[in-house]
Amino acid sequence: MSETLPRDAAAGAVPDPEFEDDVLVRVDNLVKYFPIKAGGLISRTVGHVQAVDGVSLKVGRGQTIGLVGETGCGKSTLARCIAGLLPATSGTVTFEGKNITNLSRRAMRPYRREIQMIFQDPYGSLNPRRRVGAIIGDPFTIHRTATGNERKRAVQELMERVGLNPEHYNRFPAEFSGGQRQRIGVARALALRPKLIIADEPVSALDVSIQAQVLNLLSDLQDDFGLSYLFIAHDLSVVKHVSDAVLVMYLGRVAEQGPGDLVYATPRHPYSVALLSAAPAADPDSAAARQRVILTGDVPSPINPPSGCRFHPRCPKAQELCSQQEPALESKAGDPQEHRTACHFPVETGENLATAGGRSPR
Amino acid sequence: MSVTELEFQAHSVEAAPAEAIQGRSQWQLTWRRLRHDKMAIASIVVILIVALLAILAPVFASLLGHGPYQAFTSKGLSVDGLPVAPGVNGFPLGTDYVGRDLLVRILYGARISLFVGISTTAMATVLGVAVGLVAGYFGGWIDTVLARFIDAVLAFPIIVLALALAAIYGSSLLIVIAVITFFSWAGISRIVRGQTLSIKEKEYIEAARSLGAGPWRIMFIDILPNLLGPVLVLATLYIPTAIVFEATLSFLGIGIPAPTPSWGIILSEAQQFYQTSWWYVVFPAAALLITTLAFNLLGDGVRDAMDPRTERLFAGSTKRRKRKAAAPAGPDATPPAAAAAGMGG
Repeated sequence: MSETLPRDAAAGAVPDPEFEDDVLVRVDNLVKYFPIKAGGLISRTVGHVQAVDGVSLKVGRGQTIGLVGETGCGKSTLARCIAGLLPATSGTVTFEGKNITNLSRRAMRPYRREIQMIFQDPYGSLNPRRRVGAIIGDPFTIHRTATGNERKRAVQELMERVGLNPEHYNRFPAEFSGGQRQRIGVARALALRPKLIIADEPVSALDVSIQAQVLNLLSDLQDDFGLSYLFIAHDLSVVKHVSDAVLVMYLGRVAEQGPGDLVYATPRHPYSVALLSAAPAADPDSAAARQRVILTGDVPSPINPPSGCRFHPRCPKAQELCSQQEPALESKAGDPQEHRTACHFPVETGENLATAGGRSPR
Repeated sequence: MSVTELEFQAHSVEAAPAEAIQGRSQWQLTWRRLRHDKMAIASIVVILIVALLAILAPVFASLLGHGPYQAFTSKGLSVDGLPVAPGVNGFPLGTDYVGRDLLVRILYGARISLFVGISTTAMATVLGVAVGLVAGYFGGWIDTVLARFIDAVLAFPIIVLALALAAIYGSSLLIVIAVITFFSWAGISRIVRGQTLSIKEKEYIEAARSLGAGPWRIMFIDILPNLLGPVLVLATLYIPTAIVFEATLSFLGIGIPAPTPSWGIILSEAQQFYQTSWWYVVFPAAALLITTLAFNLLGDGVRDAMDPRTERLFAGSTKRRKRKAAAPAGPDATPPAAAAAGMGG
């Protein structure tokens, strides 16, 4: 169905000869600043919200990359830049060896079929005035891949695949529960058989009991269709469940990245340690034994981020150097090459941050 | 609702599970609520009667043997040369100042009023929705230009423009329609623009963009259905405004030219005769009042049906209350469709 049209038909995507075959998407040094306008009729830019500031990542074929961080750290902005919904200020997004950064709507069109999104809010992401059949059938209509009865059959197959009753084709979104609505969103994202699905906090709006169902569905679909996921969440236990690699973001920058098990077992960045210690554990015994690192203060304004390491005002290990020099993202403390941390004083294995020196809570 | 209707409803839900699966659209839900609004239903009936009378105006004319322009100088006027009273000499509502049948002229006037009211509202709605959508969706300088233009139109002295146009081109039906349309679309545009501004930030619009939908598809497939509700209410309320507007222009002599039977013209002619011939004023005024009142009440009803949260003072809700009270007493299987229908919208 989706193979009928030539995929690289659009001009404008520049091939990259150095692109590795097993990588699906590569993001290099992506920057997204939102200008802040002031003044009425003739507006001028008085500053920038530095939502994403130099993030690089790779998503391998069939892999799941977990993207975690607090609200407002630029996760969703990064996702929208990769999906081509927001123009990037600088940096590149390369999809299967072709630069797809800031393509025009027309040039982006063939890549829309390859990169799809699942949205956070199952209530806001479905048009309340349209029937489910029409919503899931939209991708077919827009890309003219199926019409009439063929489209209806394709939509009903999708509904069945994601665990919805195909008979409910003619219902409105309001007649479904949150979990079912998210399944509708999954079916819509799946319709064009994309290679990459960007899931922007796909389960954070759902009941915990429903979360597992949707997560299992996503992982089944990954096996069946060979999907790659960029999975955004602020719940680390969810990310741990699904991700091959994890990327921890703080205030528009990558704090730490690496294979999931390594980052979870030996987090190096104090921020990662704090995030991990905040994730609730299912076992009350281990929960009681754990050290809790409680961060003080709020996330600083991305309009005027702190100098040096952006985390230093809240970091229990911060020293003079942290406010002056920005740490490079590199492997620390004998970690393997792919586990990298942007920290001058990475946390040692077994170190107890809760009692560490440095700044006391304000 | 009568008992038989209740039974019938319960029955149909049991009998047809396939029907229960079919979700009810916004329009079905609105109609279901509107159906129980006595005032709105009465308004619809009145409007339909007025429309039917307007359509059948030539039939009445031929039955009575009185054309709309036919002046009966002998039997249509009294010895003093004044209009004759209702019922005299076979004129059911009397005659006007040259002895024409008032009933026939009022019926023909209904044609003009309905035509002007509906055609101007239709054109103003299409134009207003298009401009509002484009301004709201594209934003930027397009929005700035269009929004200022809307403001300019809304600030324009309408009577002055109508007078000027009538002076230059002479008064005609076309100019009346053009003037009313020109001053009606801006209000609709402003509402549509505001709604579009809020709807375009919704996540489902972003979802449509991520699927590769273009701006026109997003505007007309994704945004438009979400604002048809307020637009419909507004349009229903614009019809009576346009009817009154036409009557006003005609009354002032800058609307439809004189011999044409328009309610405004009849009222204007009647000014000199209200002391001697009450019917000359009362009947065309009543026709105008009843028609515009019916449209206004229907507009209120549609608004209430669209948004069930607003409660109206005189909405005929005694039956609704009775129905609510009767519901738990009925068979324990609550029809799922009815329950879903109550929540949706």
